[in-house]
Amino acid sequence: MAQVVFEPWNDPKAKPLIQFKGVTKRFGEFTAIDNQTFDIYEREFFALLGPSGCGKTTMMRMLAGFEKPTEGKILLAGQDLAPIPPNKRSVNMMFQSYALFPHLSVWENIAFGLKRDGKPKDVIAARVDEMLKLTRLQQFAKRKPHQISGGQRQRVALARSLAKAPKLLLLDEPLGALDAKLRQATQFELMDIQEKTGTTFVIVTHDQEEAMTVASRVAVMDNGRIIQADTPARIYEMPNSVYVADFIGEVTIIPGTARKSGEGYEIAYAEGMTPLYAETETTFDNGETCHIALRPEKVAISAERPEDRRNAVQGKIIDIAYLGNLSTYHVALPNGQMIKAQTANTRRLSRRGFTWEDTVWLSWTDTAAVLLKG
Amino acid sequence: MRRFALIFLPYAWLLALFLVPFLIVLKISLSDIATAIPPYTPTLDFSQGWQGIRAFFSALDFENFAFLRTDDLYWKSYVSSLQIAALSTLLTLLVGYPIAYGMANAPDHWRPTLMMLVILPFWTSFLIRVYSWMGILSTEGYLNQVLLKIGVISEPLIILNTPTAVYIGIVYTYLPFMILPIYSALERMDGSLLEAAEDLGCSRIKAFWLITVPLSKSGIIAGCFLVFIPVIGEFVIPSLLGGSQTLMIGKVLWEEFFNNRDWPVASAVAVVLLLILIIPIVLFQRNEQKQREAEE
Repeated sequence: MAQVVFEPWNDPKAKPLIQFKGVTKRFGEFTAIDNQTFDIYEREFFALLGPSGCGKTTMMRMLAGFEKPTEGKILLAGQDLAPIPPNKRSVNMMFQSYALFPHLSVWENIAFGLKRDGKPKDVIAARVDEMLKLTRLQQFAKRKPHQISGGQRQRVALARSLAKAPKLLLLDEPLGALDAKLRQATQFELMDIQEKTGTTFVIVTHDQEEAMTVASRVAVMDNGRIIQADTPARIYEMPNSVYVADFIGEVTIIPGTARKSGEGYEIAYAEGMTPLYAETETTFDNGETCHIALRPEKVAISAERPEDRRNAVQGKIIDIAYLGNLSTYHVALPNGQMIKAQTANTRRLSRRGFTWEDTVWLSWTDTAAVLLKG
Repeated sequence: MRRFALIFLPYAWLLALFLVPFLIVLKISLSDIATAIPPYTPTLDFSQGWQGIRAFFSALDFENFAFLRTDDLYWKSYVSSLQIAALSTLLTLLVGYPIAYGMANAPDHWRPTLMMLVILPFWTSFLIRVYSWMGILSTEGYLNQVLLKIGVISEPLIILNTPTAVYIGIVYTYLPFMILPIYSALERMDGSLLEAAEDLGCSRIKAFWLITVPLSKSGIIAGCFLVFIPVIGEFVIPSLLGGSQTLMIGKVLWEEFFNNRDWPVASAVAVVLLLILIIPIVLFQRNEQKQREAEE
């Protein structure tokens, strides 16, 4: 049986769950969200990623109903959200601070939303137990929030926001308060729970690794705009702008001018240096300024000039960042341009081939670099 | 040793300034009235030696406490004091809670000013403030003048020397004691809790009752006791604003001491008052303890 790829955004017949239609949000003079139009589909795990102040939290608060768009419309399953107050939306939110009610037990916290709906007692109890099981909190049901650990609190917050089975779950920096190890484990738990419940998740985060790990699509935001919204792989391999390339992962950006040459372009980046070559689907005019975005892991480092590669430059190792499994070499070209090259440390450190001040050759394939406009 | 010295100091303080005076009052309450200085008998006379001490203790009795039961003035005063204290605590809560709530929700840069306004009256003498209420509430007072001028009333209201004036005075005087603990409880509250409640289906009003009120409960209890306990024994406000109609045990106590010069009976009144107060004081302490535990 063929695996069905989950890509509703490529299916023109798919109906989006959430539609932003020309949404602008202003706070006084300040424009937090600038005329945004985009869709989020059912069962998606959608990440809003960006630096603080980019508008990602405002986006989320508009979905929850705590802010109203200044212009434009937000539709949930085709219905305009504007006139619906937060307490009447089938949207629930998991707060950054968790916002657990300190005077209520874990059980009562999870039951809180269900009780407000006036459901019968046994229905509430069954649902709360189901949530406790899902988040592995059964033995903590009677504890108060201050009697459990940070990771457990995070799970209570998740259980509470999922209890009402919302159409859409919003997660505001859900793992921010956890330490690195626990965060990683929880990321997979989140994905697992999202898959099990089939709820659409929208997560706000400034941690790109988190966004890449959990999300089906990542929207990179800056200054109130989504710069690029795509799958983690495409965001990483095919960034549409210098901003996205620079924001996600490590990258070397080399500015230059393009000139058509065979299948791709020759990019002159400094006087007296042999132009670099890159193949791309984007078309450039001759002499148009462009940027080469080069991921360090795609750059090979060697003592001799490799024969088979068109892109090869010589430089001196200025810095080595040792990360345990990987090492990143910062190599300066004669014109001062820095290029980062990354190698896996498959051998012991004492056998490392290159060290500071060594002159080395860097090389990469014709398709390794991404050529960006601007 | 050092720890002992550290604990000793506060205990010595309590012993000298609380327990010793209490024992003196207790002793007077067990004595008999006498035309002498001091106006009671027996007094402890160590020159007689062991004999004198025995004679002293044999002269003590519970007559005065028995007397309190014969005259219904006393128990009526106790009950009336408790009633007035309870009602005025409730009124202070009703006035104080919205003020504390407003303060806690005011913009950050306003809060020090608002806090200052609440504490400001303490900078003037308590007596002067109560006297000025006489000026405001009397038949020719400012309140009646203003109300007559704007035509709300045609006859001046008689407020001074009625229980109403006592309630006004108590609520005014004790308001800061209610506001401050409630404010401090509300101020600590995380605003996202209310958003979370709303997100889970509460209306704003419902969120207030389900989240804000329970989370300020410790502040409400602390404030209520801080008002209730001193109001039971309040003397100045009922005697200046309440006239002869208001029956409060503080006033009875004062009259026994200074009008009747019956120190033994007055002391008995005071001892019973203290016994009554022990209950709310213990409850208050327990609330504080519980809150401290919850914060740990």
